[in-house]
Parts: sequence; structure tokens; C-alpha cells
Amino acid sequence: MAEKIFMKGCEAVAETAIRAGCRFFAGYPITPQNDVPEYFARRMPQVNGVFIQGESEVASSNMAYGAAAAGVRSMTSSSSCGISLKSEAISWMAGARLPVVIANFQRGGPGIGTIQPAQQDYMQATHASGNGGFRMLVLSPSNLQEAVDMTWEAFELADKYSRPVLLLMDGFTGTMMEPVELPEPLSEEQVAAIRATKTWAARGKHGAPEQHKVMCGPGLDTRISQMGMNIEDDKLYKTWQTAEIDYEDYLTEDAEVIITAYGISGRIAKSAVKILREEGIKAGLIRPRKVYPFPDVAYEKLPLEKLRGIVSAEMSIPAQFATDVERVVHGRTKIVTALSSGGEVLDRATILDAARGLMK
Amino acid sequence: MEKSFIIAGFGGQGVMVAGQLLSYTACETTDKYVTYFPSYGAEMRGGTANCYVVISDDPVGAPKVNKADYVVCLNDPSMAKFKDAVAPGGTIFVNSSVVTIEETRPDVHVVKVDAGSIAIELGNPKCLNLVIVGAIIGYTEVLPAENVLQTAFKKLGAKRPELNPINEAAFRRGWEIGHAAKEANA
Repeated sequence: MAEKIFMKGCEAVAETAIRAGCRFFAGYPITPQNDVPEYFARRMPQVNGVFIQGESEVASSNMAYGAAAAGVRSMTSSSSCGISLKSEAISWMAGARLPVVIANFQRGGPGIGTIQPAQQDYMQATHASGNGGFRMLVLSPSNLQEAVDMTWEAFELADKYSRPVLLLMDGFTGTMMEPVELPEPLSEEQVAAIRATKTWAARGKHGAPEQHKVMCGPGLDTRISQMGMNIEDDKLYKTWQTAEIDYEDYLTEDAEVIITAYGISGRIAKSAVKILREEGIKAGLIRPRKVYPFPDVAYEKLPLEKLRGIVSAEMSIPAQFATDVERVVHGRTKIVTALSSGGEVLDRATILDAARGLMK
Repeated sequence: MEKSFIIAGFGGQGVMVAGQLLSYTACETTDKYVTYFPSYGAEMRGGTANCYVVISDDPVGAPKVNKADYVVCLNDPSMAKFKDAVAPGGTIFVNSSVVTIEETRPDVHVVKVDAGSIAIELGNPKCLNLVIVGAIIGYTEVLPAENVLQTAFKKLGAKRPELNPINEAAFRRGWEIGHAAKEANA
């Protein structure tokens, strides 16, 4: 077993990215994710990788796009309003079908918002991270070990589907410290081998009569039909609805009340379930690890009509995650919300009170 | 068993290091679960800074709590902000060298530690946080004292080994105060 290391979330994500073969990172400073670019700035030269602090979010995300087009495992990160600025390039990555890992350490909003942790970008992350109706796989960790595991997985998935993948963090999971076990790093040979599989990548002709390569999607690349591409993407997203469903199901078998939450709120919800069980309330947890695709099946398989209800918890006012829960449940049981925003941690007591209320 | 801490003071008083010492010790020398969450403004020095530490036998829920079992206040602004954040039956540690605000709640224990003066007496005002960490450990016994001291040598002594003796003296002075307060409460 690997050594247990006490690490900050931002640094754990950055270190795992490097171990997963990420050799290009471009970013622009914004709280609460400044430890990500700082860490890459120190580490990238040690692995012959490239760190660039761009002149803006727009520039740095386009640089990550460019590096991915050259076949390199590439990453960018930001927080909320910074992600909005990056959304232009993210949409272009989706249009050009390029594998890039993007991390959003959510803070308050709308607008510049507070620098404190929040989960207020759920809709943007899962439904519209840019123009054009594309979707991304969205992974959201509840603890730092999951952040490590999901960072690794994000690079694998990005390459597997050749699409941008979003790591949906928050100010808590970014700045808190917790023990983690890191994966063994890929060797330089393995990193090179992954790059070599990307025969579509633009790496110069090196004297060979290779075809001119264009990676910008339909519109600029006239060989691709817009509708044809959209249909293909739609088919891909539909395969995700079965292949990429990922959630934690905890003590739901005999549950009368279900607590559901994702990311940082997921761990608070889980601790609430334990307390409710000690009180004699049969509580269970559904915690999506991927919020896109949303794990409809996790709720569908519950005896919804027999439940006292569901408590949907998140750090967003108005609720966003809860709308996906409502869509699936569709009136078959009562849904109440436990919310906070603006940097206030979701108080476990709020979840407990909501669950106790359903039992009355 | 889960114990939550809020440690608060001015930037520069060693608030974050105090919290990290507890956290690193828990991570590296015990089987406990631990989270550390720092919270501070844009100021480098002189602004208020605080951190949250949760040490538990089970996976930790929220890394930031609204009510903590133990609150540590190193200055008056922290006292004003956090004296009501002590859970009923909890304990507040006060740097009595500079804190003038009184905790008056009957359901809260108060441990006064003259940490600033002790640090100056020992020859380095910067070891104030080691006095406080010593008092926390002496009172709560949440972690083995020798483990905390070894972690201090490992983390702080790596850059400044010449400070190990004074850090140890500061820790032990604090531990005596914390331990005596615990005996008095028992």
C-alpha cells in the first residue's frame, strides 16, 4: 500500500495529474485554486513538462486546447467566474473532440462572487459549459482520496472518448488538507506511448508527406458535416447513460428517508445518515460521483412510493442539483432541500432537521 | 469519537502551523481520520486567520464546523468572532497575554494560557503557537504528546533545527498548563 500523505486538495489534484502523464498545464490565478498553478509551476520542469501562466483565462484555456491537439495530456483549472471565461475554449475542445481535463474549484456567484467555497456551478457544469449543446463527463469528489482517483480517471476518460472532461471541485476540496494515497506515476515511456497512440495529433510533418491536420470541428473544417457530428455526439452521450454511471449507494436497502448530495455536500450527507441511523431513523444515501451523466438508475431502483421522502442537499441557493433529482423522481415521493451558499458550509444540522421533518 | 477544533488569531501568530501540527501528527502517527481547512482573508500579516481541524475515529463529514468542541483564540478579534462557536460543554483556550474579552457562558470551560508572555520569556515570541498546541494536547489528550513533539521536530526542525529546544520547552510549558486545567476540571 502506498504511503499516506497529508495533502491539500489543489496539490493532490496537480500531483496526480503529473503522475497520470499530464505534461502541459496552462492557468491563470484565481482563488481558491491558486495552489494548482503554483504546484505545476514547481513540478512541471522536473518532468520535462510545460507550465504556462497565460495572460488570461481565455488564453490559458486555448493553450490547453493547443497542447491537446499536439497529443499531450493537457489540463487547465480555474474557479467559477474564471471557468465562464474558459468556456469559449472548452466548447472549442468539444467541437474539435480534444481530450483536455478541466478542473473547476467552485466559489460563490453569480458574477465575481465570494472567494469562499460553493456548489453554484452545477447547471453550467452538467448542461452548458459553453455554446453548442455539448456535454462533458463531470466527476465530483467528496474527499481528497476521491479527488486523486478521479483526477487519474479524468485523464483516462478524456483519452478514451477524446473529449474534454470536467473535474467539479469546490473551495473546500481545493483548500482543505486530508490524507491521500497517490498512484504510482506513469513512466516516461508510458507517457510517450500514450501520445504515440494519438495518430490524429498535429506534431509537424518531420519531412513526411503526412496529411495536413485540422482540429477545429465543423464550420472551419469543411470536411465535417455539422449535423453529422452532432448526431455522433448525441449517440456517444447516450452510451454514457449506461457506461459512465457512477454513484455511491449507502444503506438504502431498508431506508425510509434518502439523503442525496454530491461533492463536498456528499460527505456531510453521509455523516448525517450515520447520526440518523443512531437515532433510529432508517436513512440512506445516494451520492452521485459523476453528476453527468446523472445516475437516474440510483433513484429509479428505490421504492420511491414507499419512502417518507428525499432530502436533497447542496451548497447552492437556489437549488440546482435538486432539479435533476426532481426530474427523475417526478412526484413519486416528497423532496425537500437542505441548502447553503455564499461560503457558508452546509450545516449537517440542516440536513438532520430536514430528514427528521420528513419522519413526522 | 470525533473532536473538532477552531484555531483563530492574527496572521503571523502561527495559527495555521498550530492546526497543521495537530493534523500532520494525526495523519502520520495514528490511524485516525483528519481534515484541516484554512480560512483567511487577503491580508498577509495582521489580518485575522483561522483554521478548522477535525480528528475522528470515523471518516469526517464537514471539514468546517459551525460549533467546535474546542475553540482557540489568540487575540480579541478572534474571541469576538468565535466565543459563541464553542459547542455546549466544550472548551475555549484563550491567549490571556492579549485577550481581554471574557467568555461568560456557563456551559463552556475556559483554559487561560499566558502564551505570549511565556514565549517571550523563553526567548522567542514566535513559539507562542507551540505553547498553545502544548496546552491543547495537555488538556484534550486527543493525540499522544510525544508524537506531536516529534512532528514539530520533523516539520519545523527541518528548516530551523536550532529552534527545536525552544519549541520543545514551549510545548512542555503549554502541556503543563493544559494538563493542570484538565485535572482541575475533573
